[in-house]
Amino acid sequence: MSELDFEPFLLSFKLAGVTTFILFLIALPVSWWLSQTKCRCKPFVEAVVSLPIVLPPSVLGFYILYALSYNSPIGAFFDETFGIKLVFNFTGLVIASCFYSFPFMVQPLQGGFETLNKNMLEASYIAGKSKFQTLVFVALPNIKPALLTALIITFAHTVGEFGVVLMVGGSIAGETKVASVAIYEFVEIMDYTQAHIYSGIMLALSFSVLLGVYLFNLRHNKRIGVA
Amino acid sequence: MLDINITKTLQGSAGSMELDVNCAIEEHDFVAVSGPSGSGKTTFLRILAGLEEASGNIEVFGKSWLNAKKSLPPQKRGLGFVFQDYALFANMSVEENLLFANKDKELAKHLLALTELDELKAQLPNRLSGGQKQRVSLCRALMKRPQLLLMDEPLSALDPFMRTKLQQDILTLHKEFGTTTIMVSHDPSEIYRLANRVIELSHGKIIHDASPKEALLKTQGSQKFSLTGELLDIFKTDVIYVAIVAIGQQIVEIVLDENEAKSFQVGERVQVSTKAFSPSLSKV
Repeated sequence: MSELDFEPFLLSFKLAGVTTFILFLIALPVSWWLSQTKCRCKPFVEAVVSLPIVLPPSVLGFYILYALSYNSPIGAFFDETFGIKLVFNFTGLVIASCFYSFPFMVQPLQGGFETLNKNMLEASYIAGKSKFQTLVFVALPNIKPALLTALIITFAHTVGEFGVVLMVGGSIAGETKVASVAIYEFVEIMDYTQAHIYSGIMLALSFSVLLGVYLFNLRHNKRIGVA
Repeated sequence: MLDINITKTLQGSAGSMELDVNCAIEEHDFVAVSGPSGSGKTTFLRILAGLEEASGNIEVFGKSWLNAKKSLPPQKRGLGFVFQDYALFANMSVEENLLFANKDKELAKHLLALTELDELKAQLPNRLSGGQKQRVSLCRALMKRPQLLLMDEPLSALDPFMRTKLQQDILTLHKEFGTTTIMVSHDPSEIYRLANRVIELSHGKIIHDASPKEALLKTQGSQKFSLTGELLDIFKTDVIYVAIVAIGQQIVEIVLDENEAKSFQVGERVQVSTKAFSPSLSKV
């Protein structure tokens, strides 16, 4: 048995961490807006946000590849203006993951915001606080379980992605070869021992993360008296 | 002085309704707003607070809050609002709830002492009883020393004992802070104890505007007392008819003759009054 190579795992976690951070910043205003708006366009926006859940990763991957490749206007623009290539590298993976995991960040946050007592938010407005202050000091601290769920599920979902990553990133060691792709390759070359080790690690990590989330939610709900 | 002249179309369960309120309220008044549910009381209060849109004019102590050109957002109206369901910030302690509205530690201390909450100041709201929560909410509403205090059925979720205690707190604070107070309430004894004016709404319009005594005492002419209730049943015993009437939480029997019995229908609202005898009062 060869030395265990941790690079695909590190790459997976780096990708998931960066994606989660970026998505939190993007999804926070979107989910807050969705939870508060009475706009008629809300179902349309919700449908767009949720698309990546339903679409096969290959479809999503194909469109992203098509839109960001050097032959497309977007890809060409970034290449010529900033000298950044958007596919088959880590940047491309981050962009693809942000699309792929977007609903997993938006939906728990939106659900959390929607369960908040509207009067509590209004009490904050009457106390003179802006919408932004209300979001940061009243809304977010009162949806901690939903917030944690959103962060962890987004992180875990990005660690677990395969199809989109493979299509947009390929399998370049140290650049785009994440754990899920590495396992796929071990199986392809029939190195089941390595496939077992990698898969076992993924299984254990995923389970511990989820268990942690549910334990936290249980404790939090008991503390603020929901359950 | 408050000058209020607002209209808004409301969509209720019984179709659409026009809320049309036009009144002036003097400084330091304590006004009770009463009326059946769905008459627009809460919406009226929310429009005053800037939480709902409406057309018309609102002028409060010389400042325009609402006119054809603009509506001042709730953040800038500087009023106090007490919600029926307390609406405390669940993530903050009692003291933090007050300080979030205004970082005035002295005032927070004073208010908590007045309402006997100082020992609970480090507690989270979910540890408190309903009465305690509403006292916190009342204190929080006063942290900005508002000139105008709005309360939406603040005591309706509390038991009678707690109500009486909180009515006292409300009266103390209303006087100490010199607020002009508008409170939605259904409870006649509460209105009588606290308010100096009653505005009664029905289907979005003011149908009565009087002092609590005029508004609440239902006697007319030489009537000694008069109570309204719901006619539950009419039945015949021997030659007389007996009507059963529910008044508040109590049931009474009234003797009727045949003609009277035929003129009433079960389920009607009726008035029970007497002229000939003085009702007597004794301790229970």
